[in-house]
Amino acid sequence: MDLNIVWYILVGVLFTGYAVLDGFDLGVGAVYLFAKKDEDRRLFLNSIGPFWDGNEVWLVTGGGALFAAFPEAYATVFSGFYLAFMLLLCCLIFRAVAIEFRSKETWPWWRAMWDVAFSVSSIVASLLIGVAMGNMVVGIPLDADHEFAGTFFGLLNPYSLALGLTTVFLFAMHGTIYLAMKTEGGTQALVRGWIKPLIMVFLFFFFILNLLTLVYQPQIIDIVRERPVILLVGVVTVLMALNVPREFAAGREFLAFLSSCGTMGGLMLLFGISHFPYMVLSMPTPENSLTIYNAASSPKTLMIMLIIATIGVPIVLAYTASIYWIFRGKTKLDSHSY
Amino acid sequence: MDAELLARIQFAFTASFHYLFPPMSIGLGICLVIMEGIWLKTGNILYHNMARYWTRVFALTFAVGVATGIVLEFEFGTNWSTYSRFVGDIFGSALAAEGIFAFFLESGFLAILLFGWNKVGPKMHFFSTCMVAFGSHFSAVWIIVANSWMQTPAGFHLERTVEGVPTILPPGYVLQPSDLGSVRAVVDDFWAVVFCPSSMERLSHVLMAAWMTGAFMVISVSAYYILRGRHLEFAKASMRIGLAVGAFAAVMQLVTGSISAAGVMKNQPVKLAAMEGLFETKEYTPMAIAGYVDEKNEKTTALEIPGLLSFLANGNFKTPVPGLKDLPTDEFIKARHPGVSPQDIPKVRQTYWPDIPAVFQAYHLMISVGVALIGLMVVTWFFWWKGWLFQPDWWASKVLLLLLIFSVLGPQIGNQTGWFTAELGRQPWVVTDLLLISQGVSKVVAANQIVASIIMFMVVYALLFLVFIYLLNKKIQHGPDTEEESLDLPESWKMLAERKGSARN
Repeated sequence: MDLNIVWYILVGVLFTGYAVLDGFDLGVGAVYLFAKKDEDRRLFLNSIGPFWDGNEVWLVTGGGALFAAFPEAYATVFSGFYLAFMLLLCCLIFRAVAIEFRSKETWPWWRAMWDVAFSVSSIVASLLIGVAMGNMVVGIPLDADHEFAGTFFGLLNPYSLALGLTTVFLFAMHGTIYLAMKTEGGTQALVRGWIKPLIMVFLFFFFILNLLTLVYQPQIIDIVRERPVILLVGVVTVLMALNVPREFAAGREFLAFLSSCGTMGGLMLLFGISHFPYMVLSMPTPENSLTIYNAASSPKTLMIMLIIATIGVPIVLAYTASIYWIFRGKTKLDSHSY
Repeated sequence: MDAELLARIQFAFTASFHYLFPPMSIGLGICLVIMEGIWLKTGNILYHNMARYWTRVFALTFAVGVATGIVLEFEFGTNWSTYSRFVGDIFGSALAAEGIFAFFLESGFLAILLFGWNKVGPKMHFFSTCMVAFGSHFSAVWIIVANSWMQTPAGFHLERTVEGVPTILPPGYVLQPSDLGSVRAVVDDFWAVVFCPSSMERLSHVLMAAWMTGAFMVISVSAYYILRGRHLEFAKASMRIGLAVGAFAAVMQLVTGSISAAGVMKNQPVKLAAMEGLFETKEYTPMAIAGYVDEKNEKTTALEIPGLLSFLANGNFKTPVPGLKDLPTDEFIKARHPGVSPQDIPKVRQTYWPDIPAVFQAYHLMISVGVALIGLMVVTWFFWWKGWLFQPDWWASKVLLLLLIFSVLGPQIGNQTGWFTAELGRQPWVVTDLLLISQGVSKVVAANQIVASIIMFMVVYALLFLVFIYLLNKKIQHGPDTEEESLDLPESWKMLAERKGSARN
């Protein structure tokens, strides 16, 4: 296995980590306004309080790793998706400060304002992430210099929008499962009621998305024939999604959350296997595509980065796990809460 | 306005706004470590209240810092994609290392610092505070390494890739416009990149400025309480910690500042000449204290100390320091403009100069503010030593305390002008002597898109700033918890307080 493949996997792992972790706090934002009581909303915010900042670091580090390992892909995607990414930044800023500012005043208008900011920015951020992923799947037009040759509205194609909506519901489902794990009593009962419909809606969108893939990406049939493991991963992913309500029925919330994490990991894996070896697929001019070879840094940098990752990642995982352990259990409000 | 200028305005605005917050986090982080350390050592509840109070201020600062920091990482790709393609091999590694080594550390332990008072014991909490402070310093390390490489690139070669086959270009190769897209900088030696000629001196200068920023924040709020006669015991103890950190950092700034200036003389002569408004190359080169630059007539009028710059650069008062009329050198210009006629050289040379009046003023404002802060520190320590500092009834102490309240602005002005000197002084290069700013900008992003994003950032940041100031003021007006409130401590903490407390009595 060469260094380029190693980095394809590592960048994938970082973005999967982002989806699985920030996915639940974005999802909490998506369903947030459905809770009407102030206490419930505070419980929601404080359930993600110690984690959301660390979760977002996965995005920052994933972006940094993409920049370092595949600078051409980083440059092409970030400049090509200019307006979309500026909007994403706007959402991430509002989310961060809304969580911090919201409970600092008791005025109803103040809280309502930041509540809406938090929820809307969470939903729009999820949507944008999904739309960006959708465009990665269907490919974007690149010229011979690997520069983006399309338009902003070209990015809003049906397939990408469908993936965007799927992502919103996936995150909402994931966040709700997380909330059910972190709350108790009346709040938990409220949240539990949302889970089944969300799973149904997600599975519906997932099904539609697969149909659309066959329409917009007919080459996927050849890819699947060539890489049959995709089918296996796909089946396991759906089974894990279906496992969520089963675990809930048995009262095993933690296992339900793990299944949800597994579902998201499975989806990212599906993308990774079928997309390989492309970093940025160019459509309709596939010869201009960026692959893990023509988009990559020098072997020397990939090696240096691998050493940095080998030292850094185990340490990161160790204390990330410690933080989740220290703040395990049901969320309770105290004088330090938001 | 063209896309390049707009992209520069956007980056300058978002970076300047972001940079109001990280120095506060770094400096307050150090103060928090000291406060909580004293609490653990003495068991005095006052320091516990103090650590809690400043943690809340820290949290607010940190949140805005994080929110505005992600923007910058995105902007390299969105607005400077040609630059990103050119330097990704080197610059990207530093950003990724910052993520892995610094951001995870900070964000992880921040959770314990903010929410862990009831979850972990005092020692673990103190450890987390140290890790957050350590992480924010580490973050500064990687950002300064990345930026310093742009100032003084080292440890790399240029490489041209055609049809997937790389060819190494000779050292000193001059980049042609047609090379963009096929030529890039490739790392030779990672440690040479990290320890590039300017990185360590700039890092020390930036970190000490950050310590000053945090310390003056603490001093300012404490001075306000003393003047108002509120939370006196708390304010005096906070003030002492602020004065200790601030004095140390201020003295260190004299050292790191002169080392940095010496580094600029050696590594970036054009920038130095612009900082001093030095056009002519002449013996007994003076150092300017304040003045103005007449760019059109290439003349600087200033109050100056004769010979000082010569002395700092060369160790004697006579040997000249090269002026802008000889910088960059003729050879440098001929290499980039083959066939240029000798009489055209001065005109071409000017295109390689930064905006001299702006660099001059930014630099001298930074120096003036720095010197003023050091002076203020000396006076404050004298008052403290004489026992006058905490006597707001006397007019002189009152004036001093008033000055101290406003002193919080000093380091902020210093930070901003310092960075403006560094970044404007590097113009027109994005990577010194290698890649021009005009060559680094994204080709596919149109001017109207950037206008839209600038407006968005201005609106959002204005709102953010108002809310930040409002909430900060609210925290200051609320003040620290009283002793009774804080005795709502978890068992493990209470035991410590009582044990140490009884020993004290």
